[in-house]
Amino acid sequence: MKTKTLSGLFADDQMIFEKSRLGKKSVALPKRKFSEIDFSKNIPAHLQRKECANLPELSEPEIIRHFVNLSKKNFSIDTHFYPLGSCTMKYNPKINEEVARLDGFAWSHPYQPDDAVQGSMQVLYELSHMLCEITGMDEFTLQPAAGAHGELLGLMLVHAYHQHRGERKRIKVLVPDSSHGTNPATAALCGYQVVQIPSDHRGRIDLEALKKSVDDQTACLMLTNPNTLGLFEDDILKIREIMHRHGALLYYDGANLNALLGIARPGDMGFDIVHLNLHKTFSTPHGGGGPGAGPVGVKKFLADFLPIPFVVKDGENYRWQKTRAHSIGKIKSFYGNFGLLLRAYVYIRSVGLEGLRQISRDAILSANYLRKRLERMLEVPFPEFCMHEFVVTARNMKPAGIHAGDIGKRLLDYGIHAPTVHFPLVVEEALMIEPTETESKESLDQLVDAISKIVKEVEENPEMVQKAPYTMPIRRPDEVQAARKPILSWRDYKIDQTRNSSLA
Amino acid sequence: MSYLPLTSEDHQVMLDTIGVEQFNQILQAIPAELRNPDIRIPNSLSEHEIRTLFGKIARKNLNCKDKLSFLGAGAYEHYIPSVVNAIISRSEFYTAYTPYQAEASQGTLQAIFEYQSLMCELTGMDISNGSHYDGSTALAEAALLSLSKTSRKKVMVAKSLHPEFRRVLQTYLAKTGMEMIEIPFLTDGSLDRAALENHLTQEVASVIVSSPNFFGLIEDLEGLAQLVHQNESLFIMTGNPLSFGFYKTPAEWGADIACGEGQPLGIPLSFGGPWLGYFTTTRTLVRQIPGRLVGLTKDMDNRRAFCLTLQAREQHIRRERANSNICTNQALCAIAACVYMTCLGKTGMKQVAELNMENAFYLRDQIEKIAGFQVLTKGPVFNEFTVRCPKPVSEMNQFLIARDIVGGYDLGKEYPEFKNTMLVCATETKTKDEIDHFVEILKESISS
Repeated sequence: MKTKTLSGLFADDQMIFEKSRLGKKSVALPKRKFSEIDFSKNIPAHLQRKECANLPELSEPEIIRHFVNLSKKNFSIDTHFYPLGSCTMKYNPKINEEVARLDGFAWSHPYQPDDAVQGSMQVLYELSHMLCEITGMDEFTLQPAAGAHGELLGLMLVHAYHQHRGERKRIKVLVPDSSHGTNPATAALCGYQVVQIPSDHRGRIDLEALKKSVDDQTACLMLTNPNTLGLFEDDILKIREIMHRHGALLYYDGANLNALLGIARPGDMGFDIVHLNLHKTFSTPHGGGGPGAGPVGVKKFLADFLPIPFVVKDGENYRWQKTRAHSIGKIKSFYGNFGLLLRAYVYIRSVGLEGLRQISRDAILSANYLRKRLERMLEVPFPEFCMHEFVVTARNMKPAGIHAGDIGKRLLDYGIHAPTVHFPLVVEEALMIEPTETESKESLDQLVDAISKIVKEVEENPEMVQKAPYTMPIRRPDEVQAARKPILSWRDYKIDQTRNSSLA
Repeated sequence: MSYLPLTSEDHQVMLDTIGVEQFNQILQAIPAELRNPDIRIPNSLSEHEIRTLFGKIARKNLNCKDKLSFLGAGAYEHYIPSVVNAIISRSEFYTAYTPYQAEASQGTLQAIFEYQSLMCELTGMDISNGSHYDGSTALAEAALLSLSKTSRKKVMVAKSLHPEFRRVLQTYLAKTGMEMIEIPFLTDGSLDRAALENHLTQEVASVIVSSPNFFGLIEDLEGLAQLVHQNESLFIMTGNPLSFGFYKTPAEWGADIACGEGQPLGIPLSFGGPWLGYFTTTRTLVRQIPGRLVGLTKDMDNRRAFCLTLQAREQHIRRERANSNICTNQALCAIAACVYMTCLGKTGMKQVAELNMENAFYLRDQIEKIAGFQVLTKGPVFNEFTVRCPKPVSEMNQFLIARDIVGGYDLGKEYPEFKNTMLVCATETKTKDEIDHFVEILKESISS
């Protein structure tokens, strides 16, 4: 393997196993109390593992240095601006973290009796009520562990509802061509046929195509509003009418709720089922890809199908209600990702109603400001007011051999995370930009400056942009090789090294 | 509202740039009748008020740092080295996005690769994914994998599997029209092998067994994998991963998939989540495995580089043809588990397993001596076991809580055959004095 050029900050490039030395110890465990019991003799040998697990052995200072140095190889919202469309990378308030680590919350057991967990039950109860207020739905379950998990539950509810009514022929789920990949994947996982509805020239769902596709075999339409182009589906009331007239349900993918807090509610638009991503709109940290939380809200006529158990309030006391008439059951152990639900609740209480409104207003204002400033450099396919995000296209750079992804990679060198690229699929060479409300105007201007420089670089030296980034801990990885010959663990790596190494 | 950096001056400049006078002009696409909904949410609170309010709410919960707890049943109190929280409290880890941009995410990617590596070592399996929502959903995905891999219609599940796991599995299967057959257990809580063999037909996609099982018992699974494989079904194992520090690993038992709850690996109880679903398989299943996978490759300069891989299985590429709709893992919890396992290391992992075992064995011996209590789980256990009590468990637990002890899980709630039976847990966190104290209180409970 080639020696790295010097890069002081990222010089530490070994894996934890390569730092291990026999006999080193980190955590001091308590001594055995009953050392006279020799388990290797007392327990039948064929029930014991043959050899100790081959885990690395390091001292505490070495472990800390290893992982702290690893952390420095990450972009994060506390260190960098992420204009990452549909991901709502907003600031994660520190008080949320502090509250979640209180012993009363972090160390209460899910099977403690009701009267020993009244605090946690109060949080669940009040959060679900506030989510109802914010979205205009009638009831919420907090069980799903992530947005995609919420979607899965949402479609299970759709299925259960139609089954209950004896409408077994409803086998189709409609999704716009601008939808998130999870929408069709979830529908297919639930056994539905996925029917894609095209977007019209205004970037909205094509109403005529929708009318043609919907029939008595349609289970639901999954819709994001504002959609992934950042445009509000202004025909939403007509869409509702079309779907409901055919006995189909309207499903709201809440990925983009950050545009609507206190401004408009999916429940009022006619959506029957809503899932939210608390790690987007409600400020819980992304954690490098989880854990998240994906609560699901429904209108009253669907409440009987929701998962069990749920918290009810009797006078001043909270208790678990363990049955619902037609509950689909459980989709996760216990009650959901409580630690994240708690953070979201702290956030709502911190900012209050006026705060929520201002959050969406600032998010929308920032997106429109960026759109206006960027339209001089990059083509905006739908030049009208956007909501909290918008899409630009790099298609006019294609002759120079530059793709949207290249611009994203080059942005990393300017200290800004790449926007969402090559999505939504309806726009060629799309860059999807969502600044969120927690970036200063100065930081928005820095993005504009960086893109203007990159546009110039594309004109003058496209090869340089094609090979970006240059300042990260690594250059572009060979993803084709990673997939062709997967090395997924230290053990795989050792095997690869002893053979004709593909990494040599 | 300290989370909003834009000043009123900024607002004005930005409105001017956009070319509108009023902010509301931007919202013209929203039908007027939908705007300005009436929402009832309390006013904002200062940080000081928040801290006071939530301190008060938190104190309405009992927690195992304040009370002596012998409650396990799938959620365990373990000692977590301070290093774990120090690392996952790094902003660079917990406020990072999913590592799609590999160049800007080497920290998360390498940490998850190391997590995968450590899980493979702990379970003995070939492949680990980057983690799942939790144990129950990991198991449900494993069952779905077996159904699609074998094109069969049924999964066989030990009734001694965690009730929450079985319930979640049932929900996942309901939407596919697939069937779940339960394998009963014998009076000592162990798997009924004869019943299993009787139902092992050509329709069975997989056999799912837990060890330790829900009653705390280590199952003797000798020959089971062979039996299942002869039937061309998959053998799926679940169990407390900490127990693999001492007991036979799923790989040694011949499992095709080992998955379950990783909470014991350095993750606090948090009232049931966020936790960690671990998911490991043999090499033959690598292209069917759901969820995120991090792979090692090289970059343009031939340096080692980590990236998400085999993404062709995933929803953002394949949409309706994806093999799961999952688009996250529990990255931060996986990093916590990675740091936890590193802190324990090769010998520490066995040691902590033995510390759990010696407490459980000692407590079991002491309870066995109390007249009126009968230990049902007599075989090898990890850190919990079942005891038939002289009174209903709810009464026992009321008596205990009045003496600042959180008692065990009431098994009768889920298993009618286990009336008045408590599932008691003693992890390595308990001292000898605490165990003795618990035993004394149990003795008192008889005469009360």
